[in-house]
Amino acid sequence: MTTALDLVQLSRLQFGLTAMYHFLFVPLTLGLAVLLGIMESVYVMTGREVWRRMTKFWGVLFGINFAMGVATGITMEFQFGMNWAYYSQYVGDIFGAPLAIEGLMAFFLEATFIGLFFFGWDRLSKIGHLVVTWMVALGSNLSALWILVANGWMQHPVGSRFNPDTMRMEVTDFMAVIFNPVAQAKFVHTVSAGYVTGAVFVLSISALYLLRGRHVDIAKRSMTVAASFGLAAALSVVVLGDESGYTAGENQKMKIAAIEAMWDTEPAPASFTLFGLPDQEARRTDYEIKVPWMLGLIATRSIDGEVPGINQLVAHAQTRIRSGLVAYDGLQRLQADRNDVEARARLAAHADDLGYALLLKAIRPDILAATDAEIQQAAWSTVPGVSPLFWSFRLMVGLGFFFIGLFAVAFTLASLRRLHGSRLFLRVALWSLPLPWIAAELGWYVAEVGRQPWVIEGVLPTFLAVSNLSTGSVLTTLLGFVAVYSVLLIVDVYLMTKAIRQGPAPAEPELSAEPDLAAAPAAAE
Amino acid sequence: MFDYEILRLIWWALLGILLIGFAVMDGFDLGAATLLPFVGRTDAERRVVINTVGPVWEGNQVWFILGGGAIFAAWPPLYAVAFSGFYLAMFLVLFALILRPVAFKFRSKIEHPAWRRAWDGALFVGGLVPSLIFGVAFGNVLQGAPFRFDETLRMTYEGTLLGLLNPFALLCGLVSIAMLVMHGGAWLALKAAEPVAARAVTFMHLAAIALMALFAVAGLWVTIGIDGYAITSEVAHAGPSNPLLKQVTRESGAWLANYGTHPWTLAAPVLAFLGAFGVIALSGLQRPGLAILASALSVAGVIATAGLSVFPFLLPSSLDPNASLTVWDASSSRLTLAIMLGATAVFLPVILAYTAWVYRVLRGRVTLAYVSDNTTSTY
Repeated sequence: MTTALDLVQLSRLQFGLTAMYHFLFVPLTLGLAVLLGIMESVYVMTGREVWRRMTKFWGVLFGINFAMGVATGITMEFQFGMNWAYYSQYVGDIFGAPLAIEGLMAFFLEATFIGLFFFGWDRLSKIGHLVVTWMVALGSNLSALWILVANGWMQHPVGSRFNPDTMRMEVTDFMAVIFNPVAQAKFVHTVSAGYVTGAVFVLSISALYLLRGRHVDIAKRSMTVAASFGLAAALSVVVLGDESGYTAGENQKMKIAAIEAMWDTEPAPASFTLFGLPDQEARRTDYEIKVPWMLGLIATRSIDGEVPGINQLVAHAQTRIRSGLVAYDGLQRLQADRNDVEARARLAAHADDLGYALLLKAIRPDILAATDAEIQQAAWSTVPGVSPLFWSFRLMVGLGFFFIGLFAVAFTLASLRRLHGSRLFLRVALWSLPLPWIAAELGWYVAEVGRQPWVIEGVLPTFLAVSNLSTGSVLTTLLGFVAVYSVLLIVDVYLMTKAIRQGPAPAEPELSAEPDLAAAPAAAE
Repeated sequence: MFDYEILRLIWWALLGILLIGFAVMDGFDLGAATLLPFVGRTDAERRVVINTVGPVWEGNQVWFILGGGAIFAAWPPLYAVAFSGFYLAMFLVLFALILRPVAFKFRSKIEHPAWRRAWDGALFVGGLVPSLIFGVAFGNVLQGAPFRFDETLRMTYEGTLLGLLNPFALLCGLVSIAMLVMHGGAWLALKAAEPVAARAVTFMHLAAIALMALFAVAGLWVTIGIDGYAITSEVAHAGPSNPLLKQVTRESGAWLANYGTHPWTLAAPVLAFLGAFGVIALSGLQRPGLAILASALSVAGVIATAGLSVFPFLLPSSLDPNASLTVWDASSSRLTLAIMLGATAVFLPVILAYTAWVYRVLRGRVTLAYVSDNTTSTY
């Protein structure tokens, strides 16, 4: 019940819900933008009018989805300041830069050219319009890059250090922030997942048309494009999985241990738990079915890399909390006397562990007086909820392998030119429509819930990052966002369905009669 | 390269440029949306209005997003204090701006009159509410906001939404509405065909006169009715970004001090008046292109006046004046400011170049014939 929810929980709920809403539209924008670019490129190269009609038809659906992506994205840019003011103050020096560069380099590009994508067909040359379409695709992909540079830094905060004079984290090496291995792994994985979403979307709706025998010319071609593009993307999303970055940091290691429900370090290479029932209270996993070597290979990309277990990581967290308390003590002395050189040196020597000491703030305000039991309690608070991560991850990976299978069949049928021969396949393709969204939301959940209790891994606990707002204010906006987004989502699905039922515009007779004549379309103006 | 003090000054100027960019670019489509129910009487006329901004509003709105991102990157304490302090007001702005993208896109998809009226209402709200709140925000910057910091720089805000909507702030909100309606009118006078253009000219004239009157009243109010703020301790221009290391007093007339010490700053309020006057004069001479340029200069003058009046303050604190955010103690680190300056120097000219190209491609007036001939490809 809401009365039982405190400020931190309400703020997390609002951020989580608005981000999940936004992430319903982002993957389709990423994938469909590239598919539009491919379809229009074929049109420009072959001059066949049917490819232009295809681009325009999928473009209508792209536009409806894009509007929702923009509407839900505006909130994201400002919510850090609104609900996470201490976060913004504490890490804005680093985190703000990729967001601003995203605007400068990517979102401007995407948003400026999207108008011409819709309004420029008769005002631009064929090549001119094709460039516009690819600029939209480039903009959306660069946008994902910078957002994931920002997000990757939250998971693995490199290139920065704590400055006691400004009481915040400050950047020391911006190149390290950009080329953060976690960010790079996330970018490839997320963009590939977006391509899979776009490809499944096109595949499913084309399957619907083929099942009904409507718009067959466009549906078959669309399906062929989606099958080849989707197969490459589905392979990439699994092979270049997000977990390749999980060995990079302490919390990333905790995340993979929690995903695996692996309580103790195993000798390398560790085995992968295919099935099990994790029990967080008893700190064990029952009824495990294990695949030897698999985890070691996935997580470390080697046969001799060790994957640490939860118990060992918690023990290490205890050490870091004690070290962090030394830093905290130094900081307190420094605040009393800014010229205390010895305190400054002590803080600098232990600054990397300061965040671990801050975990104690959830237990008592005067953390320097913490008992051994409280330190141990704080160390155990670094373990995220094991069962939800364990199951979300397995469902997501299962879906990932399903997509490879789906696109492999689609690709084979397309190569044999038998796409509309198999009604069973077409039905499977149609009913697969919601699956990439489920996989994407699960992936987002694993990445962000697996980061808990940190908002910035090892630097700032989530519960300290919130704004000092009244729960009433946050509850008001939470209900407001849910209400407006839900209404818009219903309208969005309704308009999408309407556009799909209407289908592509009919071919203009004088142009479709002889495809080669379409090479010279009427350019108005 | 640049030292910390110069970088802070550059980023203060860039903050102004980005806000002016937002008000000039997104301002005309906010103003046009506010005018929508008044200058478009039939569905076809309203579609003329909507299609003048239809292809460009998305890019324009990025000025707002970029403004938020740039404040986050260059002035993190300002980002944290302003958006969490003005929490519910910010929610109203977001609510209105969430309606805009979908209203443009969804309105055209169904022809039913009730459906279209509903989205016309959404566009009107989406134009009017942000125009009002942005002005209200400036009004509160001039008065100071009730916030303080503890020693870890955690901020507490002790105001309410109703406290933000005080008489002076509402006056600033009206200045902002008049300014953006004038600018939106100038846009429609340039881009829409008759009969929309003629009606837009009428509203633009009224708004320009209202802007001059309201701006003058606000100036008078600042002179005699509102205390400004001044730093009384030694200022470390290249010191650490910690707003708790200085002393500030409230005193009447402090917001006029910069005009005395640097008379060239008077150019900003003069530009605000001259621009608004030019809008009227140039549209009378049948020069809509020059009229919108005059309107843009007036917008720039109004925003620059606010910024120059409070300099070096970004957001004063009425609760604990010493905790006020200033150019000298609320910025990012020197390295971040330098990196962001580099990124802006590279990308801003590129943005301006392709934006100019897009407007060139889309040149010409939107006519009733164009929207009725292109029912599926336009909004």
